Amino acid sequence: MITFEHVSKVYGEGNRPALAEVTLQVDRGDFVFLVGPSGSGKSTFLRLVLKEEKASSGTVQVAGRDVGRLRSWKVPALRRQIGVVFQDFRLLADKSVFENVAFALQVLGKPRHVIAQSVPETLALVGLGGKERRRPHELSGGEQQRVAIARAFVNRPALLLADEPTGNLDPETSVGIMKLLDRINRTGTTIVMATHDDDIVDQMRKRVVELRDGRVVRDEDRGVYGSSR
Amino acid sequence: MRLGFVVREMGAGLRRNFTMTVAVVLVTMVSLFFFGLGLLVQQQVSILKGDWYDRVQVSVFLCGPVSTEEDCPTGAVTSAQRDALRAQLESSPLVDRVFYESQQDAYDNFLEQFDDAITENVTPDQLPESFRVRLTDPSRYQEVREQFSGQPGVEDVPDDRAVLGPLFAAMDGATRVALGLAALMLVCSVLLVSTTIRLTAFSRRREVSIMRLVGASRALIQLPFVLEGVIASLVGAVLASGALYALVEFGVGRLRERPDFTTRLVETSDVLFPTAPVMLGVGVVFAVVASLLSLRRWLRV
Repeated sequence: MITFEHVSKVYGEGNRPALAEVTLQVDRGDFVFLVGPSGSGKSTFLRLVLKEEKASSGTVQVAGRDVGRLRSWKVPALRRQIGVVFQDFRLLADKSVFENVAFALQVLGKPRHVIAQSVPETLALVGLGGKERRRPHELSGGEQQRVAIARAFVNRPALLLADEPTGNLDPETSVGIMKLLDRINRTGTTIVMATHDDDIVDQMRKRVVELRDGRVVRDEDRGVYGSSR
Repeated sequence: MRLGFVVREMGAGLRRNFTMTVAVVLVTMVSLFFFGLGLLVQQQVSILKGDWYDRVQVSVFLCGPVSTEEDCPTGAVTSAQRDALRAQLESSPLVDRVFYESQQDAYDNFLEQFDDAITENVTPDQLPESFRVRLTDPSRYQEVREQFSGQPGVEDVPDDRAVLGPLFAAMDGATRVALGLAALMLVCSVLLVSTTIRLTAFSRRREVSIMRLVGASRALIQLPFVLEGVIASLVGAVLASGALYALVEFGVGRLRERPDFTTRLVETSDVLFPTAPVMLGVGVVFAVVASLLSLRRWLRV
């Protein structure tokens, strides 16, 4: 699903690289935790996958495409295969729950009947059935994150990127979110999740990739957050 | 669905930036008004030139009893000189037809053109006889003039353009002023469009970032911004065309109603075509270019 080969990324000339010679493979259906302290390169990794940034050297492949060589007008097609979830949810405050999720389909030009069917389906999947008419500010943090996950998943992407999705949530709510992500992973969706949350990583026992100063220092299946903290 | 989406987004943008939209409309209107005015003045110039070329006649005035020594050293024209001039005119390839106007003819025309207060002191022999010459090619007027002025028996071949020249120069000047103002205002409207887009992009940064992430095409993200500018410019262009129409209808129209005003003038139909469509086109093109340039700057896709 994702293949990094000797990928480096330097922001601005003369700076320390944010990623240095990273080689990594994520297979279809994997669930991978990306851990490491702030500034270790987790976000840069996700941004390279999305082609928000261009690698300084090395090749990045996502879903069989060489992202570095992708023409700019083809980037939207790449992003349609990737769902993204953030720590701060990024919902539209003036739209209802339903409209927030439908927005992702509307801008892709999906017909009305498709939207009318898949949005309630996805909201039911994330456990928000019956809350379609609410506004984001009427929901708890966990519920808002579920809306964001629904929006990222409504188009059934092959890959879901999550950047600290539990960063703003209490431990109990975070467990609920992780269960949801696990359920999505079981549908065959590849998930890459950057996190600081050691409890979660230790509970889930999934593959763990640890970054430090832009380098992969650990990559183990069924790993824990690690002693590095 | 997608078209509906674009239209809704555009409408939201126009409402959100209402004051800026009004500013864009007004500035575009003023700039296109001056632009259209310049075009109309140029149309008037070409109408005048066309009419003048249609009418152009070279008048070869012959020496008469009242001619001065300086103009006519040989005195009044002799019949031999007159016949020689006529033969020369008729054989010239530049000449289409020649009319002879005797002193009596000149006097009759004079009576027709002016009222009694002037004509009562004039007698036929005070007026010069002349050849009125129609040319095959009016633009080669000057050649004929040079060929015949100074010939024996010719008093003068006046240059009508000496009268029209300053008028054309003044109208060209007016065109330049109008187009200069139009250019200045167009710069203002481009800057305003750019500022508006910057504001809109900022107020909609969250929507835009989500659209990018879910893979909306660049066209879909940018189109509402471009259309906002285009709609505002179109409204401005329509208002400017209306103002110009009113100017021609009421300003020029009043001039035309005066009985002694016989010159052909631009009409409201000239405003409708081609001036108004050109104004709309220029307005749209500028809005699109300004939008695309500022989108590159303010809206990463």
